[in-house]
Amino acid sequence: MTQDNIISVRDVHKWYGNYHALRGVSMDVKKREVIVIFGPSGSGKSTFIRTINRLEDHQRGQILVDGIELTHDVRNIEQVRAETGMVFQQFNLFPHLTVLQNITLAPLQVRKWTRQKAEEVAMQLLERVGIPDQAQKFPGQLSGGQQQRVAIARALAMQPKIMLFDEPTSALDPEMIKEVLDVMVELAKSGMTMLVVTHEMGFARAVADRMFFFDQGQIVESGKPDDIFKNPKEERTKLFLSQILAH
Amino acid sequence: MANLNSVLPPLTERSGPLRWMRKNLFGSWLDSLLTVLGALLVYWAVKGFLTWALTVAEWEVISANLRLILIGQYPIEQAWRLWTWLAILFFLAGNSIGIWARGSKYAFVVLFTPALLILLPFGSASRIWLAALTLTGLIGWGLGRARPHALKRSVIAGWVILLPVIILLTRGWSETEGSAVPIVTTNLWGGLLLTFLLTVVAILFSFPLGVLLALGRRSKLPIIRWSSVAYIELVRGVPLITILFMAQLMLPLFLPEGVAIDRVVRAMVGMTLFSAAYLAENVRGGLQAIPRGQYEAAHALGLSGAQTMTLIVLPQALRLVIPILVGQFIAVFKDTSLVAIVGLFDLLGIAKTVLAQPAFLGLQREVYVFISLIYWVLSYGMSYLSQRLEERLGAGGR
Repeated sequence: MTQDNIISVRDVHKWYGNYHALRGVSMDVKKREVIVIFGPSGSGKSTFIRTINRLEDHQRGQILVDGIELTHDVRNIEQVRAETGMVFQQFNLFPHLTVLQNITLAPLQVRKWTRQKAEEVAMQLLERVGIPDQAQKFPGQLSGGQQQRVAIARALAMQPKIMLFDEPTSALDPEMIKEVLDVMVELAKSGMTMLVVTHEMGFARAVADRMFFFDQGQIVESGKPDDIFKNPKEERTKLFLSQILAH
Repeated sequence: MANLNSVLPPLTERSGPLRWMRKNLFGSWLDSLLTVLGALLVYWAVKGFLTWALTVAEWEVISANLRLILIGQYPIEQAWRLWTWLAILFFLAGNSIGIWARGSKYAFVVLFTPALLILLPFGSASRIWLAALTLTGLIGWGLGRARPHALKRSVIAGWVILLPVIILLTRGWSETEGSAVPIVTTNLWGGLLLTFLLTVVAILFSFPLGVLLALGRRSKLPIIRWSSVAYIELVRGVPLITILFMAQLMLPLFLPEGVAIDRVVRAMVGMTLFSAAYLAENVRGGLQAIPRGQYEAAHALGLSGAQTMTLIVLPQALRLVIPILVGQFIAVFKDTSLVAIVGLFDLLGIAKTVLAQPAFLGLQREVYVFISLIYWVLSYGMSYLSQRLEERLGAGGR
């Protein structure tokens, strides 16, 4: 393991009761790398990305995030979560708070910033995701694409070192997918370390440094996008790619 | 070929009272029959009640006992203390309306209720106080409107210390004779005053207790979970009246000799403990309605468990259960009438003593109609306020 690995996962296993969801997953991610994870549903890709900030715990193996090992120690977990932003499929914005309050909440409560600083940063981020005029609205008043962009701004407000995306465009209407992907492409180009679970192969081709294909709780194949798309080595990868790229 | 651009205009609905009646009241022969029967029934009931209320009823029993019904045996020369906290209450209410409900006409009109009550057969001193209440309410309202931002914090602080102030003023603090604020013992508290204090104390204390029990019931720690479940199920399994009896009759047996807890305090504690168990179950319903994604999003941002609960989950859960909570608060208000059975003189208890006076024997109808009216007005007021509150908080709904 080299020094510039910001995430290091070694032989991680996870069971739900008797169901073996992750079967020995290992992965190293360098700073500024953009990783795309794809695979059929039930392949463990969401479970895997959720173990990185310990929304799911793992039962065997080792996970190091920015040099901190994830164990049952709550202090470690809170430290890792403060350094890691996450964007969910269902947005999970706080419906009782305005857009601005959604974004400033964690900086105020966890980072203990002043309100002035938190709101300045929040407005810059809303500017960056293209919806500064929505700051005083409630999430329920926004479209799905706008909500997901607020969710990205909310995660970025903590100034994380790593961003995790768990199928960020799967719950969106087709015409809104692009506005969210545009924000993610811009973020990738700015040098953010990103782990993205997605089936948006256009996004993968444009910005991914490496891609990982998950099936049945294991990494079946990994490599640069060019290699994965042009000459996948494994039959399962070939089959899956042909299915999602067929139309 | 039909031209798609020429959309047909909507059918014009002709309206008018006659048309409305034909459509809704006399649509078929069965509708007509039900309408006529219903109208007769209403006519008969209203006529019967009005005839009784205007010709037969002897309302002197109310005017002669109005003070008793409102404050019980509370000494009249100390009544200024009650008027004083009422004035503070109206000042704060006016202030709050001026700050938070500036546009609402209805909220503003509430401030005029004391002025309306002048029409009741009060003495002249009380009428001056009633006018003063409306005046302080309006002054508070004006101040709140003029400087909403400067006053916000002090108004909230005012509401927080209001209950201790009310209790202190009502009870008094000086034991020396002839002082301005001698102690008025609780056996003299009665009527609407006692009902009001029982209700307010039970609601204010059972609310935090109920929230804690609801959280305890969902705790991961077995001891906390089991003791919460045990408490809730135990209390919900017995009638309120038995809890009140136990507080009045059995509690003194367990206390060391010489230690006596005031009877009104015991009733307040009983009501609070009882209400908390029901509140806990209502709040738990709200907690369970919050999706897992809300917890995950909060955790992913680095918020601690306590922060997630107080900033994300509870505000949403409580908002969801406002209608149920208000329903329960109204129930608490009406349940306070059970303390009459254990010998306290709340509205119902006082009604019984009024009826026991030789001069007013046999006037149950007048007295019970009047106190029912008081219960109804206040219950409906609470219900109405909760609807307004829901509307105001609705902006953040899903």
